[in-house]
Amino acid sequence: MTAVLLLHVLAAVLAPLLVRWWGRQAFLALALAPAAGFGWVLAQLATVTGGNEVRETTAWVPTLDLHISLRLDALSLTLALLVTGVGALVLLYCSRYFEPGDDDMGRFAGTLTAFAGSMLGLVLADDMLLLYVFWELTTVFSFLLIGGGGTRLAARRAASQALILTTAGGLAMLVGILLVGRASGSYLLSEVVASPGSGTAMVAGTVLLLVGAITKSAMVPFHFWLPAAMEAPTPVSAYLHAAAMVKAGVYLVARLAPGLADVPGWRPIVLGMGAVTMVVGGYRALRQTDLKLLLAFGTVSQLGFLMVLVGAGSQELAAAGLVMILAHALFKATLFLTVGVVDHATGTRDLRQLSGLGRRLPVLAVIGGLAALSMAGVPPLLGFVGKEAAFAALIEGGLPDRTAAVVVLAVLVAGSALTAAYTLRFWWGAFARKPGLPDPAPAELAHRPGALFLTAPAVLAVAGLLAGPAVVLLEPLVSAYADTLPLVADSAEKLALWHGWQPALVLSAVSLLGGAALFAARRPVNQVQRRFAVGASADEGYWNVVQGLDRLAVLVTGTTQRGSLPAYLGTILVVVLALPGTLLITRAPWPDEWRLWDTPLQALVGAVVLIAAAMALRIRQRLSVVLVVGVTGYGLAVLFALQGAPDLALTQFLVETLTLVTFVLVLRKLPKDISERHRPRERAVRGVIAVAVGALMAGVGAVALASRTATPVSAAYPKEAYDFGGGKNIVNVTLVDIRAWDTLGEISLLVVAATGVASLVFLRRRTGGVDRLEAADLAETPSASGRAPRRRWLAASATLPPERRSVVLEVITRVLFHTILVFSLYLLFSGHNEPGGGFAGGLVAGLALVLRYLAGGRYELGEAAPVDPGLLLGAGLLFAGGTGVAGLMLGAQVLQTAIVETTLPVLGHVKLVTSLFFDMGVYLIVVGLVLDVLRSLGAELDRQEDEDDPIEAEAGEVIVR
Amino acid sequence: MTPTVVFPVIIGGLYTAGVYLLLDRSLTRVLVGFLLLGNATNLLLLSTGGYRGLAPILGYAEPDRMSDPLPQAFILTAIVITFGISAFVLAMIHRSWALARNEAVANDEEDRRVAGRHDTDADELDPDLLAPEDRPAGHSDSLSARRRTGADLTELADDVTLPLSGDER
Repeated sequence: MTAVLLLHVLAAVLAPLLVRWWGRQAFLALALAPAAGFGWVLAQLATVTGGNEVRETTAWVPTLDLHISLRLDALSLTLALLVTGVGALVLLYCSRYFEPGDDDMGRFAGTLTAFAGSMLGLVLADDMLLLYVFWELTTVFSFLLIGGGGTRLAARRAASQALILTTAGGLAMLVGILLVGRASGSYLLSEVVASPGSGTAMVAGTVLLLVGAITKSAMVPFHFWLPAAMEAPTPVSAYLHAAAMVKAGVYLVARLAPGLADVPGWRPIVLGMGAVTMVVGGYRALRQTDLKLLLAFGTVSQLGFLMVLVGAGSQELAAAGLVMILAHALFKATLFLTVGVVDHATGTRDLRQLSGLGRRLPVLAVIGGLAALSMAGVPPLLGFVGKEAAFAALIEGGLPDRTAAVVVLAVLVAGSALTAAYTLRFWWGAFARKPGLPDPAPAELAHRPGALFLTAPAVLAVAGLLAGPAVVLLEPLVSAYADTLPLVADSAEKLALWHGWQPALVLSAVSLLGGAALFAARRPVNQVQRRFAVGASADEGYWNVVQGLDRLAVLVTGTTQRGSLPAYLGTILVVVLALPGTLLITRAPWPDEWRLWDTPLQALVGAVVLIAAAMALRIRQRLSVVLVVGVTGYGLAVLFALQGAPDLALTQFLVETLTLVTFVLVLRKLPKDISERHRPRERAVRGVIAVAVGALMAGVGAVALASRTATPVSAAYPKEAYDFGGGKNIVNVTLVDIRAWDTLGEISLLVVAATGVASLVFLRRRTGGVDRLEAADLAETPSASGRAPRRRWLAASATLPPERRSVVLEVITRVLFHTILVFSLYLLFSGHNEPGGGFAGGLVAGLALVLRYLAGGRYELGEAAPVDPGLLLGAGLLFAGGTGVAGLMLGAQVLQTAIVETTLPVLGHVKLVTSLFFDMGVYLIVVGLVLDVLRSLGAELDRQEDEDDPIEAEAGEVIVR
Repeated sequence: MTPTVVFPVIIGGLYTAGVYLLLDRSLTRVLVGFLLLGNATNLLLLSTGGYRGLAPILGYAEPDRMSDPLPQAFILTAIVITFGISAFVLAMIHRSWALARNEAVANDEEDRRVAGRHDTDADELDPDLLAPEDRPAGHSDSLSARRRTGADLTELADDVTLPLSGDER
């Protein structure tokens, strides 16, 4: 079974490719997938009718006890035959329905094949959750098929309507599945049906399950999505919206009826909705002028009929139901395909514009006629057998309650009369000659259907014809399912075409005659229908609900999202104050005693930091404010050092310097001062919030230390760091080994940030290295300037205008650059045992690059680092990630450190710790980040200015990119 | 553990300044506020590590006299990440300035538009308001008159006008 499903997946994936190669002939190849499924299912017939079933279970998510459990019993087999058989024929039909150059054929073919696979999965699934997955898959594919290319409003609306309704039902069903599964102790359909649970949860779950079935099978009042879905191409209507998908709800009811039919609420819902749907659908069908819509409402009606039969929970009605499911799929698919041919040939489906088509397309008229006879329930077709069996069952039993049985019987007879009437209307509308219309109308046929085009409807129609007399052959299959239900009548009646003169036959005749009478009196009937047309429809109700929701969404969004960032931030901060703040005051363990400081130096540095922070509030000059903030950063570095954190002090010091440079690079392009944009009142509010948050965080700091009573997790770090991490610098070992996963995530973030910076600055192309020096660039520089230094200390400094050059800086750079790089490598390699490591080393190397850039300009940066920063970032990530993978491949855990110690000649004792490679990755990424920032905010901004980049906009001009 | 007075005071002061600047509309001041907040948070993390101690490096100090290495590891990456994010915000400031000559955080136009909106999308309009060929079939008893798939796209064009892309302007 799994293999058959996988075959469908494969076909669906290949479909677009096949269509590109072979055009519409690709459908012939795709039809092989469901055809193979059909063959396989048919091969299991003997096993299943012998009372056995075929099962397959594959583990899916073992930890959740989820399995792909598939099961083929009599009911599944019947449905699977329909799904695969009709699927193959519809795909065959598609190969002629589409014209060679049609758009979107590849997408359509893939989606339709995928649908066939998911529908097959749905009827085979034994696990209810698996069933749900397939159920929603069919919904999604139906959405895609109805919506088509998404270019038409009506199709989009129909698609989303179908999606919303069936998904809403599906979600209810999911809850129902969980409730029923819980109450019954199993999620397997076979086990739930065998021993259903009881109690309120079971009742609620059952009702919710029914909601899913009802929406999927388009019961009134959720029926309107089905006619609207007729926007889809005709093969889709024939397959999804007649033969297969809409049967999913009926299938689910049939599947559960043996176990759940006696749950309170089941029969009223299923029988009530089914009966109403049958009548309403038939009534609406009678006034349609579009042949496809007529059939769609007919489908709604028939689905109601089927729902009554399979939901009644009695053996005799279930048998009739199964036969009717078969019959309906055969005749309704045929009729839709017939309409497709008519539409294809004449260009219209409006029965007011068609006349005399029967004589011009006699074969089609016969095919459509056969199917129509089956739909009306005329002997000897299969539709007659099913209907007759249903009437007979209800006369003698069918339902535990006699009154209900009589009422249902009456409704079914009335519904059948309507069915006969709209069947006549259909055939007459499509093929008959009509007075008042030119004969033939339309005058010319656009296409004459070929033999292959007619094959699919012909096969289905003939199957319906042959299955009637041959219904005895179906008997073993039908009874294999029906026997799982209790018998209400005194004795079971075998399926047969002819049961002799009996009351059911009279009712059949009554319904046929009634239908004929309704059709004969179609003019007065139509007038009556028009007079009593109801103003409100379910569809309108649906749109009102949707519109109300939309309005509500706009209202809520408009009220809460005012579009002001300070307002949002303020809201968040006020919530922080209100919730954690309250807890802090009421619940937190406030300290009993305080110390002033660990060392008075802390207070001194703290004072400097606070003064700098206060100045940052007042200063309006951009560069000054940055310097002041830099002071707080450097002060922090001192505090780190005092606290006993040399690594932090080093890193903070380096980063602060880099930040300063980066700020200056950007802010040099901006006006000197920041303009004040806030009114005094706003500033007051900001001040209140700020002071409150500050107080809150100060409190958090105090409470955090006061509540530090347990032994810290890091107590064991020193020992672990040396024993497992092979390093003496515990902070570094923590980064590259103990918490290496964390670090991996954090350096990934750095890669993202670097890429983001470049993306924001580069307007055309982000990748590639910094521009390098070319001979032409040097030649362009004004050589006449006698004041420029003659000796070149740096490769590209000559490209700078003389007034921007500084010989002292050039000389210092020349002397220091390589030394700094070597020092950065020293930090990297010694970082495992001494202060340093990949972060510090990378930052130092980055500062060396900064020096080159500042001394020599943008070409100098290109000369100093002639690599694509992206390459550095990628290589770094590869190094760091590769260390993890390597550890995994060597049988250790991800990112676990291995220590290799050996004594080499010359080098002496060498100790290699694999996490060094991780640290190298960190180093590369940090260098790449700095280079990317310099390249973007430095070199590229210089270039844009140098070359007077036209991208700079006029003041006030809005550029949309 | 007994907390010191000095750390909560510095932390509170930095947070106050940071939050005040963060609530400004000038992106430069927002970024400055962000940096102050970053510093404050790093200090908060550090202070949770307990008393000052010696560098957590074996060979320099005995384990029981070391400062707590775990917050230090957190802070170290946080410092570098703060740099990455600052560079990103700086690039945003540059872009905002280069494109619009304005580095202030403006009110979100889209939000204002939603707030001032009365109409709903075309796909959610009342079916009665639509052209007959756009009405869903369940509503009007008729399917739109159309050719099957593959028809000319201009024929299928509907009421939704897509915004012109940049090239077409």
